[in-house]
Amino acid sequence: MADSLYILVVGAGKVGWNLARELIDRSHEVTVIEADRERYLTVEQELEHRLHYGDASELWVLERAGIERADMVIAVTGDDEDNLLICQVAKQKYGVDSIIARVNNPRNREHFELLDVRPYVSATDLIMRLIEHEVPSYGLVHLLDLPEDRIEIIEVLIDEKSPVAGMRVADLEMPKGCLLISVLRADGGFVPTADTVLEVGDEVLAVLDPEIEDELTTYLGVDSGDSQHSGIG
Amino acid sequence: MFILIVGIGRVGSTLARTMLSDGHEVSCLDEDPESHARLEVGFEQSWEDSGGQFTVGAGLETDALITAGIERADVFIAATNGDNTNVVIAQIAQKRFEVDHVIARILDPYRAAWYEQQGLRTVCPTRTAIEMLESSVRAISAPDGAEEAEA
Repeated sequence: MADSLYILVVGAGKVGWNLARELIDRSHEVTVIEADRERYLTVEQELEHRLHYGDASELWVLERAGIERADMVIAVTGDDEDNLLICQVAKQKYGVDSIIARVNNPRNREHFELLDVRPYVSATDLIMRLIEHEVPSYGLVHLLDLPEDRIEIIEVLIDEKSPVAGMRVADLEMPKGCLLISVLRADGGFVPTADTVLEVGDEVLAVLDPEIEDELTTYLGVDSGDSQHSGIG
Repeated sequence: MFILIVGIGRVGSTLARTMLSDGHEVSCLDEDPESHARLEVGFEQSWEDSGGQFTVGAGLETDALITAGIERADVFIAATNGDNTNVVIAQIAQKRFEVDHVIARILDPYRAAWYEQQGLRTVCPTRTAIEMLESSVRAISAPDGAEEAEA
């Protein structure tokens, strides 16, 4: 199969095991490494030869699992230091193109950034993001952040205090470097045209350069307190 | 010099006492409050009265590192019982806080060698033990051993 990848998954916990199942279903070649003997014996009954027993922090364990030919390494153990270093070694020593690291404690995110281990996934952050999306009192939601590419997508609630409520899109004086991409209204979402009139209660999606976020939110009349930023990676 | 030691086990605590006796300023960080007791073994005064500093916290907690004085540290020693923790916090000390001298204790010889190549100063007790054992065994087997074999 042309687009079948060789993927190394470190950690056969709930995340690693289910991930392996999904990847195998999609015809990828997968090897999972688990350091806990008991867990290994449980998961081995299903994954069989696809599961290796060992501490993936040790280089020979990674080499035995074929890291040199891996297209992707996913480190999802319950230990942030392990995930961090396994990905660092995969990238820097073995030249693996794609890595994904799991962050257990969101406070450790800064260390992943520092050591340039990206992308990383934090369940806490994802849930926080959903909460922000669900709780209407937050006027601003980050839907996507790609700081390296200087792109983000935000969702902004237009309330009665917003100076742009009732304005036509064509008349907006948005800062340079941003674009309204959708409007979510009670009866569904749509892509706005020049004639679209923004209404109170609209949720507006914009793609923009993160540097002009403050400028844009000020223009749209959103109170962008610091709290909305917390928990976003 | 101001020396910050993270991980106050047998190695860290002994090193801390020696360095304090040598006249250096020593700050210790460990997540286990009980590890403080190790610092006072053989001391008549308390660790603090002797001039030492002790902070409870994990090496990965930036706040704990700052409380322990990492921003003015001349030397940073990562001596916890976890290789991975030592490698991560040593890199934090190096890259984020730009401490001049950073040394990490790494038990796994292969990784110690690789991180050494990456510019991290490492001490590998396992490597040292292997070398000592090798030379001990060689000393036993030769030259006296060779003579016995010929006889």
